[in-house]
Amino acid sequence: MAEALLSVQGLRKHYGGLAVTNDVNLEVLPGEIHALIGPNGAGKTTLIHQITGTVAPDAGRVVFAGNDITRFSLPRRVHAGLARSFQITSIIAGFSVLENVAVAAQAKSGSSLRFFRASASEEALNEAARNALAEVGLVDRAAIIAGALSHGEKRALEIAIALATQPRLLLLDEPLAGAGPEETEKLITLLRRLKSRYAILLVEHDMQAVFALADRISVLAEGRIIASGSTAEIRASAEVRAAYLGEEELPC
Amino acid sequence: MPRLRLDVALTLLVLAALALAPLLGFGANHYLTLFARIMILAAAAVSLSFLVGGAGLASLGHAAAMGVGAYAVAILDAHRLTDITIVLPVAIAAAALFSLLTGAIAIRTEGVNFIMITLAFGQMAFFTASSLAAYGGDDGYTLYDRTEIFDSRLMENRLFFHYLCLGFLVLCWGLCAMLLASRFGRVLRAARENPLRAQAVGFAPYPYRLLAYVIAGTLAGLAGVLFANATEFVAPAYMSWQRSGELIFMVILGGLGRLSGAILGAVLFVLLEAWLPSLTTHWKMIFGPLLILAVLFMRGGLIGFLGARRG
Repeated sequence: MAEALLSVQGLRKHYGGLAVTNDVNLEVLPGEIHALIGPNGAGKTTLIHQITGTVAPDAGRVVFAGNDITRFSLPRRVHAGLARSFQITSIIAGFSVLENVAVAAQAKSGSSLRFFRASASEEALNEAARNALAEVGLVDRAAIIAGALSHGEKRALEIAIALATQPRLLLLDEPLAGAGPEETEKLITLLRRLKSRYAILLVEHDMQAVFALADRISVLAEGRIIASGSTAEIRASAEVRAAYLGEEELPC
Repeated sequence: MPRLRLDVALTLLVLAALALAPLLGFGANHYLTLFARIMILAAAAVSLSFLVGGAGLASLGHAAAMGVGAYAVAILDAHRLTDITIVLPVAIAAAALFSLLTGAIAIRTEGVNFIMITLAFGQMAFFTASSLAAYGGDDGYTLYDRTEIFDSRLMENRLFFHYLCLGFLVLCWGLCAMLLASRFGRVLRAARENPLRAQAVGFAPYPYRLLAYVIAGTLAGLAGVLFANATEFVAPAYMSWQRSGELIFMVILGGLGRLSGAILGAVLFVLLEAWLPSLTTHWKMIFGPLLILAVLFMRGGLIGFLGARRG
């Protein structure tokens, strides 16, 4: 088994008496899509926040590429190679599509304490941004104000922004949320294409997408990982069915 | 985008008018005094617009930084130090240091808290200045001399001073515009619009914001040096929150989104302030409601209004 790129070890987080994250262990290997699923209220978002650095865990470690990043701030984790997208689309609506991505490229390309030259005229940044946009199929929308994009395009833009930070791991928090059937199809194709080059931790409600994309699935329920394995194993797991019972039938 | 060009064109027109005014029969002292007030306050407003509109830091203590520059002139003057080679570095250092110390604390807060804490620092500066009995205390301090430039009394030449103020205003505008377009400014703008997004691409906004705060404060301090020279007088009122509020008002009146708005807003504000008292002694009864109406009915300030008319 290859060395894990991301390794979450014994993570715990309590809010009052409620164990929102209860001894969670999770690994993402290079080049795999590891899907994290679970019913509403299972603690997925809190877990994501701890992996990305917006919430500090009470105990446990987050190890990324061999470094303990448990105490790293969000920007430092990004520099280490961990990029994320947000459950609720987070772009800079007043920037052009190109500048949204160029600012991410800028973070990876030398100091931003440069005061004289107009950043928009830096071809190296624009080029990197256009490459990332081409990756997600938005390159012909580069000049538009980002706020004017359709919902699905905004989701794709977020992925392009993440790619421009030159990550090793993409943490995608419900990338398909709110997308229509056609957009979903496009995004799934996109994610499948990215899979060979990036490790992906995918949090997603769309089970069809999860089963179509994931190499491995971990199921979170009441703050604990109750099952982890291949898609076939998860489908067959009685425990998983039980966790989902009352909310929805496990589809497929 | 004709709307963007329009506000710049209008501002250039205003600057050209200011440049030509002394040659076109507006060279009398009372005109030059008015113009100096317009240009210096406009420069301070531009630096505030950079901070509010660019970095998203709505400071209600900007006049304090301006006052620090003015008081640097006054305090040195009391010790008979009036040469620019001393006054300028001291004023710059004082304004930058004041901004650094207050900004380091204020920028840890956000929104209303930031406004309140900058207001508090401004009032601290105001009361400190009021207590400086050796430098006039409450009553203010009248300068012995204007700042000398390498032993020459060039600053007392009203025409020279006029163009010095104009040059400073243009410099402020150009510098702030350049900064906003640069890599540094791009990080500021990104963090203003979506701080979480800025962090998620790898930028911690704090150091960028603090630097912006220090730059804006230093420019305001330089405006303060000119203001002290223009009036040959320095008073605690220069630092009061009312003056900070006036600066904010100029920025909003002109249009928050553009630096040129601060210049247009300052021109309009100071002209109204100069003209209305000639109508009635109760001019503030007109001035106040007028400003309120302007904000209510000119969304996006003067620039937004002009753009909407055209479009």
